[in-house]
Amino acid sequence: MKPRDLLLLLAAVALLAAAPLVGGNYVLRIGTIMLMYVALALSWNFIGGFAGYPSFATAAFFGLGAYAAAVARTGGVPEMFAWVLAMLAAGAFSLLLGIVILRLRGHAFAIASLVVIEVLREIVTSWEDVTGGGAGISLPFAGATPEAIAAFYYWSMLGLAAVTFAATLYVARSPLGFGLRCIRQNEDAAGMVGINTLLFKIAAFVLSGAFAAGAGAVYASWTSYIDPVDAFDIVISIKAIVMVLLGGAGTVLGPVAGALAFMALDEFAWRNFLELHTGILGVLVVLLVLFLPTGISSFSLPDTVRRIRRRYGQAARAQAR
Amino acid sequence: MIWLQFALNGLFLGGLYACIAAGFSLVWGVLHIISMMHGGLIVLGAYVAFYSYEWFGIHPFVSMLAAGLIGGAFGYLVQAHLINRVVAKPVLVTLTLTFGLDLVLINAMLLAFSADFRTVVLQHPLGTANLGGLFLPLDRMVAMLLALVLIGLVYAALRLSRVGRAIVAVRADRDAASLMGVAVARTYAVTFAVSAMLAAAAGSLMSVVFPVSPTTGHLFLGKAFVICVLGGIGSIGGAVIGGLTLGLLESFGGLVFGPEHALTIAFVLLIVLLVFRPEGIMGRKGF
Repeated sequence: MKPRDLLLLLAAVALLAAAPLVGGNYVLRIGTIMLMYVALALSWNFIGGFAGYPSFATAAFFGLGAYAAAVARTGGVPEMFAWVLAMLAAGAFSLLLGIVILRLRGHAFAIASLVVIEVLREIVTSWEDVTGGGAGISLPFAGATPEAIAAFYYWSMLGLAAVTFAATLYVARSPLGFGLRCIRQNEDAAGMVGINTLLFKIAAFVLSGAFAAGAGAVYASWTSYIDPVDAFDIVISIKAIVMVLLGGAGTVLGPVAGALAFMALDEFAWRNFLELHTGILGVLVVLLVLFLPTGISSFSLPDTVRRIRRRYGQAARAQAR
Repeated sequence: MIWLQFALNGLFLGGLYACIAAGFSLVWGVLHIISMMHGGLIVLGAYVAFYSYEWFGIHPFVSMLAAGLIGGAFGYLVQAHLINRVVAKPVLVTLTLTFGLDLVLINAMLLAFSADFRTVVLQHPLGTANLGGLFLPLDRMVAMLLALVLIGLVYAALRLSRVGRAIVAVRADRDAASLMGVAVARTYAVTFAVSAMLAAAAGSLMSVVFPVSPTTGHLFLGKAFVICVLGGIGSIGGAVIGGLTLGLLESFGGLVFGPEHALTIAFVLLIVLLVFRPEGIMGRKGF
């Protein structure tokens, strides 16, 4: 990492860290969720963006992290240690899972990673002694004022997002990032020039798993209650993917920009159309895929104007005929 | 005797699973896309059956025709106007698109039908037949037979009809089929319509067996995937074998480990299979 980038990153983090001093609880709540999705989008970007593997396992890692942290917390482990423990556990899990399912490509990998969510939810729901089953699990409450708690979890999420971003920046410029980009373009060719493709993919998958689990762990402490339906919600995976697609996959800043833009829209839909919220999210996804398949950065106003003019010109000519 | 009974239960379940997976497998094999809407379409079919019975007293075994027609028409329109625009793009694009469409479908169903779990409670159930100690739940048996008949009809249509041959030709080689005068885009739309019809009809049959809510679609989607990988992708025969296998597996798995672990058992088996026999039980074959 160049010193200039590090300085910029530190400045941005410092600026964001000042938010609790000026904003109220509402701003902090939105901010915490936004930062959580920044971390999730960045975590998906390792496997989905750099390596180009369509993973849907983000929600599985998120839920695993949330439950690992919650179980550790109820066992008396201090908060920060519980988070680190959750990230390590999810890292180990994604390592083992990756060894098996990263042999698959394309569609088969996509759905295998999707089914992992359902399986983990089923296990958590039926393992009542440890996880509390379908009734969920409550975490011990830190006895501070609501303002202090809101600020603490905002800073924690900010810290996680910053670390994930730093890791992304590091990977993007390391041989690992180079190898992953080769895999995305042509995996067989990458293997042929001497890249250990399985190892590289596993590394990306483990990074993805550990950081997504970190977001889940902080989320669990923050809300102080989780249940299987909430923690293993496939919409989390989809949101992360859509955010990265929106911002530009395989880039460093794309996932961050995509997450912020998406969350702004999402919050707008929540506030104004509660009943239609999922539907609006769906329409957004459809429009994004149909019209901006390579992200916001691919949007160019002159091109669009030209396209619309051409289309209407054709229609007008057809009518005149 | 108890083993035989569980085998029978598994086969009855498996027939319905085969019907779910056949359509999913068809779209996967021919269009090379994973339809995330498949679960939603199954749920849609189940609601058609539920309200037909509730309002008009039409038995689900009859209203499956209506469900199939509605699902098929819906599928045709969606494929012709939306998915065809990006059908040749990478997996992630088509998958994300169908997921977005699924979200819209689920939201619409939530608004129209609420999130309550529904199941068709028959007023005159066929009951069970006792076959020398073996209990045959007749409603389930008929549902399975209808599902298998439907799959048989689709199989025959693929083999014998012009449209069916076009579908198989596009699956084998899209460009060559296009050169031979097959209208590829229209064939895609027909394929998706057939898949959606199978899903909705299966949902209609399922409404007698499973409680359904707009959010249960992903469960069915997961099962359809497992079956496709078990049986081999893109073949109707594979879907039938895979479906029956999963039905038996869930039945015996439930007997041994408890019914709440059904999907976990199936997934573990899937992983084992993927490692040792990635081409599925039936291997890669055409229709």
